[in-house]
Amino acid sequence: MSAREVIDNQVKSNKVVLYMKGSPDFPQCGFSANAVKILRASGVNDFLAVDVLQDPEIRQGIKEYANWPTIPQLYINGEFIGGSDIMTEMYQSGELKDIL
Amino acid sequence: MVTPQDIKGYIEKGLNCQFVEVAGDGHHFEAIIVSPEFAGKTKIAQHQLVYQALGDRMRAEIHALSMKTLTPEQWLAGRK
Repeated sequence: MSAREVIDNQVKSNKVVLYMKGSPDFPQCGFSANAVKILRASGVNDFLAVDVLQDPEIRQGIKEYANWPTIPQLYINGEFIGGSDIMTEMYQSGELKDIL
Repeated sequence: MVTPQDIKGYIEKGLNCQFVEVAGDGHHFEAIIVSPEFAGKTKIAQHQLVYQALGDRMRAEIHALSMKTLTPEQWLAGRK
């Protein structure tokens, strides 16, 4: 399977998927830590976290998948929602809770 | 090392902006970008326009960029 197929499968077979650097308990980047914090504050404890540092192909592939050059990236119901900044804005406005 | 001024220049070169402010320490940057091009676009599309303006620099030189995108109308409303 190509990286694209792996990603496609992950985002379509899990309700909430977060591509991040490190793991939820040990994030390796401030933006990824922020993304995990927002999900947990929104009551989401059960999500698929994909550590891109473990797989260079996924790390590159995810940037192409949504035409988005940075990590973290959040997907809900197969749809790309945004990165750390957009998650923060949607959390503050309450929009994120509505789609979770 | 990339300076906030460099990033401001890259963004303004690639995107029609009304106002750009960038702060940062050479590794992490924060930007406020006001552009009429953002009108009617989703946040994702707005950020993609900025990433597009930055092009390969986003992959090579800029480690982390946090941004807030606004239309001129939103910018005016926020200052009142």
